[in-house]
Order: sequence, then C-alpha cells, then structure tokens
Amino acid sequence: MEEKRLMSVTSNPHIRDNCTTRKIMMHVIIALMPATLFGIWHFGAYTIAVILVTVVSAMFFEWLYEKLMHLPITVNDGSAALTGLLLALNMPPRIPLWICVIGSLVAIVLVKQLFGGLGQNFMNPALGARCFLVISFAKYMTDFSYDTFTGATRLAQLKSGELVNTFEMVVGNEMGTIGEVSVLAVVIGACYLILLGIIDITIPGTYILTFVIFWCIFGGHGLDPYYITGQLAGGGLMLGAFFMATDYVSSPITTKGRIIFGIILGILTGVFRVFASGAEGVSYAIIISNLLVPLIERWTVPKCFGYVKPEKGGKA
Amino acid sequence: MSQFRPRFTFDGGIHPGARDNKDISKEKPIKDVLPKGDLVYPVSQHIGAPAKPVVQVGDRVKTGQLIAEAGGFVSANIYATVSGTVKAIEKHRVPVGDMVQSIIVENDGLYEEVEYPEAKPLDKISKEEIVAAVKNAGIVGMGGAGFPTHVKLSPKDPAKIDYVIANCAECEPYLTSDYRRMIENPELVIGGMKCVLKLFDNAKGIIAIEDNKPDAIELLTKLTKDEPRIEVYALKTKYPQGSERHIIYACTGRAINSKMLPADAGCIVDNCDTLVAINEAVTKNIPLMYRIVTVTGDAVRDPRNFKVRCGTNYKELIEEAGGFITEPGCIISGGPMMGFSLFDLDVPVTKTSSALLCMKVDEAAQAVETPCINCGRCVEACPEKLIPSQLATYAEHEDYDAFNGLSGKECIECGSCSYVCPAKRQLAQSIKSMKKLSIGRDRALAAAAKAKAEEEAKKNEEKKGGEA
Repeated sequence: MEEKRLMSVTSNPHIRDNCTTRKIMMHVIIALMPATLFGIWHFGAYTIAVILVTVVSAMFFEWLYEKLMHLPITVNDGSAALTGLLLALNMPPRIPLWICVIGSLVAIVLVKQLFGGLGQNFMNPALGARCFLVISFAKYMTDFSYDTFTGATRLAQLKSGELVNTFEMVVGNEMGTIGEVSVLAVVIGACYLILLGIIDITIPGTYILTFVIFWCIFGGHGLDPYYITGQLAGGGLMLGAFFMATDYVSSPITTKGRIIFGIILGILTGVFRVFASGAEGVSYAIIISNLLVPLIERWTVPKCFGYVKPEKGGKA
Repeated sequence: MSQFRPRFTFDGGIHPGARDNKDISKEKPIKDVLPKGDLVYPVSQHIGAPAKPVVQVGDRVKTGQLIAEAGGFVSANIYATVSGTVKAIEKHRVPVGDMVQSIIVENDGLYEEVEYPEAKPLDKISKEEIVAAVKNAGIVGMGGAGFPTHVKLSPKDPAKIDYVIANCAECEPYLTSDYRRMIENPELVIGGMKCVLKLFDNAKGIIAIEDNKPDAIELLTKLTKDEPRIEVYALKTKYPQGSERHIIYACTGRAINSKMLPADAGCIVDNCDTLVAINEAVTKNIPLMYRIVTVTGDAVRDPRNFKVRCGTNYKELIEEAGGFITEPGCIISGGPMMGFSLFDLDVPVTKTSSALLCMKVDEAAQAVETPCINCGRCVEACPEKLIPSQLATYAEHEDYDAFNGLSGKECIECGSCSYVCPAKRQLAQSIKSMKKLSIGRDRALAAAAKAKAEEEAKKNEEKKGGEA
C-alpha cells in the first residue's frame, strides 16, 4: 500500500489580501517624501543630516532594544524608520544632531518599546518624543532661525497681530519645522495616502473642520478668510492632521470613534492656539487626544448587524 | 411597502476583485462524472440528527433507493446514487475532517435506477405534498450549511413570509457552480422557485445574483418576464453577499441577528442548486442525488464544473479535471474564504460540497503574523459590524465576558477580517474557536443551573414531604 501523505491544513480564509504592515509603512514614508524634499530644498543641506541621523538612530534603537530584550527584530517592518522620519520632520532646521538622537531614543524606547512595541504605544511615538524635547530643550526646539532668517514664525506673527503673506505660508516659504512648512507638499502626500486607502479622511476632516469652526467662534476674527488660511497653513496643523493624528495605533478603530477623536483634536488645537501663550498647539492636542483613545473606544462600540434592543425583545 | 427600494448591498465586506479567479472555470460547460470506485454516504451530511441506515451490508441497492432515513424532524434522508452492493457500514473521513458513520456502496457500473412514483402537476399539488416531497427527497441547503430544507419550508406562520430569495449570489471567489447552473438550466432554478412560491401565498420571489454575472441576470430576467411573482435582482459584487443574513438585508432591508431565523424577517432563502433539487423532487419525485461541484485552482490542469453523484470520491474528481499540474500546497473543500482545508483527499462529495479548490501555494500558512497596528481594516470589512481585532485578542485571552460584550457570537465566520488584515492575524480563526468555546460554556452553565434548580426543587419537596 502506498504511504498516505497528509497535506497541510489551515483555518479559513485560505486567501489573503497582499497588503502588509510593511507596505503600509512604506506608503506612508513615500507620502512624506514631498514634505521631506521640500524641507531639504528650503532649509539646506544640514537638514539631510538631521533626517538621516534621526531615522538611522530610531532604527538602531529599535534593533538594540529588541536585541537586548531577546525579542524578534522588527526593524524591517518600516515602523521605526517612519517614526524617525516623522520626528525629523518635526525638528527645527538647525537642531543639534545629539538632540535628534535623544529624540529617537525617547520615541522608540520610552514611548514605543517599553509599552510593548509596535501596536501597543499609547501615543504617537514621534510626537511624544517631540513634546519631551520641547520641554527638555526648549531653547533648541523653539529656535526656528536658519541662514539669515530669524525671529518669530508666521503663525506667531499672526497671533501678535502682524500682517503675513498667507500665500507664502501655503507654499512653504516660511520658518518652522522641517516637514511642516509647506502645506502644499503635505497635502500632496496626504492625497496619495487617501487615494490608496491607507488613511481615511474622517480624522483629518473632522479635525480641520472642528478647528475652523472653533477658530471662527473664539478666534476673535470671525469668518475672516485671511486668518482662517493663516491658521490652517501655519504651524503643524496639516502635517499633524494628515500624518500624526491618523496614526493607526494611537487613534480609534471605529468611524464613530474617529469622528469624536477629530472633534476633540479640533477643540484642543483651538484652545491651545487661541487661549494659550504660544502660537502652536497641534502636538499637545494630538498626544492628549491619544491618551483619550481608550475612553473613546469604550463609548463607541458599534451595534452589531441586526441588533435588537434587549428590553424590547422580539422584532427589530 | 411598494415604496421600499432595496439597496442590493450591505455595509462592510471585501472586494477580492481580480483575485476572484472565477474565469478559470467559468466558460466550460458542466461535465457529467460517472463514479468508478466505491461510493461513500456519510449519515451526517446536514445540520441535525444523523440519518439511520435502512440497508444491511450485502444488500443490493439501485440508483435512487433510500439507504438511510431521517433520524428526526431536523434531519434528512439519504439515497444511493449508483447501483451496487452495500460493502460496509463504517466510519469514514468526511471533508470537514471528522470520522462519520458511512454507508459504503460498491458500484456495479450498471446505474440501474428505481422507478420514481408519478408526480402530480404543480397546479394540482397541495402545500403539504410539496413539503413532503422535499422532505422525502432528503434536500438540504446546498450552499454549504446543509440545513434540512423541509424545516426551512415549514415556518410557524407561512402567511407572514413575503419574500422567497433564491441565493444565486455566489460571492465566494473561484466558485462558478451556481453560475453554470443558471446558464445551463435556468428553467430548473425558476421551476424550484415556483414550487417554493406555491407554499407562500403572500410571497414575492427574488432571484438574487451578483452583478459580476450579467449574462445570468439577463437570461433569468428574460425567462421570468411573464412571471408576475418572480423578479431578478442584480446585487453588488462583494463578499459575503451570499451570506443568508446579508442577502436578506440587500434584498429587503431587514437585518437579522444570530438568534433570529430568516422567517423572522419574513424571508425564506434557498441556494441556487437547492432550488434545482426542489424542482426535481416536486415535479419528478427524484431525490437529491447530484450536485454541481467546481473543481478549480491553479494546481489543477483543467478547472471546470462537474455534475457529480453524491458519494463520489474527491480523488476521482481530480482525475476528471486532468490531475494536478504540480503538487498542490493546499486542497480546500468549498471556496477559499469559508472552505475547509483537507489533509486527506480520500473523502466523498457530500450534499454540501460546493467546490474542490487546489492551490499551488498555501497563502494562509505562509503568512507571517505581526502585531496588530489597530488600522481598522477588519472593522471596515466586518459585515456584522463587529471589531474583529479586539474580539480576537479577547479570544486569545479566553475572556468570555469581554468577548460576548462585543457580540462575538454574532460572527458569521466569513473570514473577511483575516483576508484584509495587514498584520496577517488569524482573526477569523481565533473568533471562530472562541465562539464555539463560548457556546459550549453557555450550554454547560445552563445545564449546571438546571441541575442545581432541580436539586433544590427535590430538596424542597423532601422538606415538604418531611414536614407532612
């Protein structure tokens, strides 16, 4: 009798979509390229060093931590590189490189790995690290001067009542962090992600809309389009809304949750920009909202298909 | 009522798109297969009580002869599909992997058939006779679940049924058996629909077909244009459109949950091939003996559909399809989304075997699982509006309360979540197992509560007895 050969068995489904975590990370990195390249072109060659050092050190710390903890090495999944890139884009153009390394260490080890690695971080690692750096190295982190340009950012000028050129803010001819200056470049990348279905418009949409409404009511300039454009184009709002707030891990999973998340983001950003002493508030708005996600998730469990109210019983 | 506009779709689901691979078997006509080897008839090919064998080892049987009778109301008769001798009644492997008591018939190759009693014409036959004919023929849901059809056709209040839906969606990738049925025998599908409509005076018949089969839609629309009670619906192509709950929603806008039956929403849903079997049973008194099986996949030389006698060995089907091109990585009974993978090809075609899929590469086994990144693709894909990523995590922790708190038992096991997951988590598998565990636990708890109550009642009685 011939020997019976048993075949491998797996549970259904037997086919899988070809989308992987790694591919998603790569797409997001590609989508950040317009903003990255614009930043390099606008701020000069030193920014290349900033970006490289941040990305490479982020990947190194991921590798080192996993090596020391005897965990599977996941540097290949691209998430550490993406965190590094996002952190770099949130740095002032002339930041000392040692601060970049500290930023990567905080982002990867403190915010991400200590809480269980990919998928377990309770806030966006890049933003967590940025806020850490802003508090620890305020002098370096708030100095946006480069070449001959010094002084306040346009968003700060707007707040103090000076006249600014909003068109230049949209294009990106201004001071700010490496990745946030060109709204145009950020939006091009965001469109790429939305068209590919990597991010959905819910969070950035509700975020920006809520912020605009908040600004119109409390901003003190009513519906003046000049100020609205200035607020939207200034600072990290666009970069934050499309690339940071949409971070899967630290945002809600359901559409309803995402809407609430976006509204909270809009209100917090509005509060920080209108009532706080500084001009900017996107980073803090996002990490505070990240912390609220577990609560939001509890409120927004969707009703299952064919759900019947228990007290009524019987027919739907 | 007349104002209602069906949506022809549901929320969630997935679009396998170019990966649905229906083209490879779609164009070739159905081929009859005459079995050569022994035929195996498991006594459990349906949901409900196993059938009881009524033949002995050594008996000679003819094609169409009853060999096992229904073991209860929710059960089904089983008929011999060839003539020959009963060789053994013993445990045999079935496609889902279990060993099931089976009647094994040695085929004598003569295909001698029994004489079927004359059937009454459809306009003279009574409702009871239709249900009896369906019951007698041993018809079960042939889409995969295998629920005895006569039970479905006997709802509590037949007057409340206002839709009879022919489930011709065929949303599973690769499968084309229903499509070939509709193209080659549309009159049998419509005939089956008419038989069922006779049972429900207030019902409208809907033949629901996914819009990736425009020729079938056109053909059936043409053939039913003089039938005032039958309408053809073109449903949006999306998996799992053919799920009973979701096809009801797409056609009628009514949503049912796991605790309800289609009849609670005024619907009767029958699969395409089941309707053909109903037609044969009611108009010709022929029992359920054949089914269409798609033999397909990239490891098969000549993928196509076969008209197969139930009980035929899967190995013979592979031979009929020209054998393997290369050693297949996995063989699946059913479609790629909900089928069972086989570890052994020596299993029979049963009433619910819709396909035999042989793929070069076992994608599911090769997928490397990475951590969940909370992307929400599973939530978007879940047709039951659940949160698969969280359910699977609770399943892995065996946290019953959390699992049930998120309505885990509503899962229809369609596999959409696992399909879309970029982290390649085995979401459906975890949820499926937990669902079974949870249902088992509920039963055990209920049994324990009942036993306790009985014990207490007994004690009370003893007390009373003592007092008296």
